[in-house]
Amino acid sequence: MVAFDLHQLFSEHFMVNAFRAGTVVAVVAGSVGWFMVLRRQSFAGHTLAVVSFPGAAGAIWLGLSATVGYFAGSIVAAVVIAMVPRSHSGRALSEESAVIGTVQAFALAAGVLFVSLYGGFLDSLTGLLFGTFLGISDAQVVTLAVVAVVVLALLGVMARPLLFATVDPEVAAARRVPVRALSVVFLLLLGCTAAEVSQITGALLVFSLLVMPAAAAQQLTARPAVSFVVTLVVAVAVTWVSLGVAYYSVYPVGFYVSTFGFAVYLVAAGGRAVASRVQSRTPLRPRLAAGAAAPVTGGSGG
Amino acid sequence: MTGALNPLTGLEHMFDQPFLRTAFLAGTCIALAAGLVGYFVVLRGQVFTGDALSHVAFTGALAALAFGIDLRAGLYGACVVFAVLMAVLGRRATADDTVIGSVFAWILGLGALFLTIFTTSQSGTGGVGGTAGVNVLFGSVLGLSGGQALGDAVVSLVVVAAIIAIGRPLLFTSLDEAVASARGVPVRALGYAFFVLVGITAGVATQAIGALLLLGLLAAPAGASQRFTSKPFAALWLSAGIAVVSVWAGLTLAYAAPRMPPSFGIVGVATLLYAVAFAVSWFRAGRGRRRVGERRSTVSTGDGSRAR
Repeated sequence: MVAFDLHQLFSEHFMVNAFRAGTVVAVVAGSVGWFMVLRRQSFAGHTLAVVSFPGAAGAIWLGLSATVGYFAGSIVAAVVIAMVPRSHSGRALSEESAVIGTVQAFALAAGVLFVSLYGGFLDSLTGLLFGTFLGISDAQVVTLAVVAVVVLALLGVMARPLLFATVDPEVAAARRVPVRALSVVFLLLLGCTAAEVSQITGALLVFSLLVMPAAAAQQLTARPAVSFVVTLVVAVAVTWVSLGVAYYSVYPVGFYVSTFGFAVYLVAAGGRAVASRVQSRTPLRPRLAAGAAAPVTGGSGG
Repeated sequence: MTGALNPLTGLEHMFDQPFLRTAFLAGTCIALAAGLVGYFVVLRGQVFTGDALSHVAFTGALAALAFGIDLRAGLYGACVVFAVLMAVLGRRATADDTVIGSVFAWILGLGALFLTIFTTSQSGTGGVGGTAGVNVLFGSVLGLSGGQALGDAVVSLVVVAAIIAIGRPLLFTSLDEAVASARGVPVRALGYAFFVLVGITAGVATQAIGALLLLGLLAAPAGASQRFTSKPFAALWLSAGIAVVSVWAGLTLAYAAPRMPPSFGIVGVATLLYAVAFAVSWFRAGRGRRRVGERRSTVSTGDGSRAR
């Protein structure tokens, strides 16, 4: 029965395209998202993702292809965010978040304006926001793949210095690593990735593929290479399962991606909590008291 | 304001329209609350939390619609519960960006689910569901009934009163938590109270400018006012003022150009004012500093220290 259903699933051309596009997107999202989580740029990533919505809505209003709009919106927003001077004092940090928040709200507002100017595509509005896997064309898959290759190639070239600049920016700068340039290029890559992902999950749910697999993997292991691979595996698996389930149900694919991603994250975080408790309980009783003070997620808490 | 825009047709009669009067009433009060709360949100570096709350607002409202209870019950319930949850998690120092991001991405996914449930259950009656979802996302300040507007105004004014009441100690803890707690300020209680206020504000602002855009009314006026002045209380009230002006100008623009959604007008004006604030402070900083060499690095570090 199930085998028959799966056969039917792959006999539909649009589903094959959806799986191709989903796989490409999951790999890119996992790779870039892994760095994003490490760099604590979740808020910027979310904003870049959201901005693809007005991009697509504007492109449709102007009669262009939505794909062009997705990329244009995210890249413009990446440039705007990169232009804000970044410094390590707390004040500048709160200023930066105010700017990002404003960019995001304005972008969404512009999206509403475009929708209103275009008039009457409420159904595709839900698609733009919450994802659709119907009607992904062959050309779109090719575009996604080409952009993905470029993004991954750039990321591969700058991976080592970027990791260095992420983990310890001061030392990296002293070692003449171009920290500022790296962060600008990374934002652009993040923008391209967000634009890619939003074509599957919708602009509002990009986060579920960008952040959740990476967050889950970084719960499980601290070793960069291992957690990177785990991220990719989780991202691709979540996408495949979500597409498969969404095909048989009426609910949007974005809901499944975010739910399965969150489930994986919860399992990873829970497993880690259990492991650290077992570890701290076994040797000696006094370590319990010390264990309470030990970092649970490794986050600084802001 | 109407005098300046007189050449545009029909603006004198703008307030003859009852729906605009209610929109101005509700909008002004909501803007006051959002401007004041937003100032502290930006000062405390919690814009991302506000972002998360705005998504929770969407899911709460849609859940209420999907289960057939009053939209506002779901809205306020979800916002306040989530705000308290964030405050508790934040206290235990485990809620970093990643956790917040994962949680709210999932909650938003749930919102998409409720939207579909509601839309499909309503499909017989001609697409009301889609409109309701869009209204929650992007606001419908012109569609508020008189009673709703009055309710929103009262809730907003309660928030304003609460912020005024706890403003001074809250400012103290926001600027220097350690010293404040050493001086006997109830830092933790203030933190909880503030989160509840943010939650209520998110709920009330969702009805006016929509779940997705309320961040604009929280972040932009506050960011702009902090660019204009570094005096805390002046910045606090300036933030409220900028928010109110944004709402007034946005509603007027939307009235003058009917194709423009009022939410876009409001957020657009707020963003424009923030951009102006940036330009002004940039100009001031440039005039104060005659050195040209290594401009970029001195501007970024110089700005940070100057603002303190």
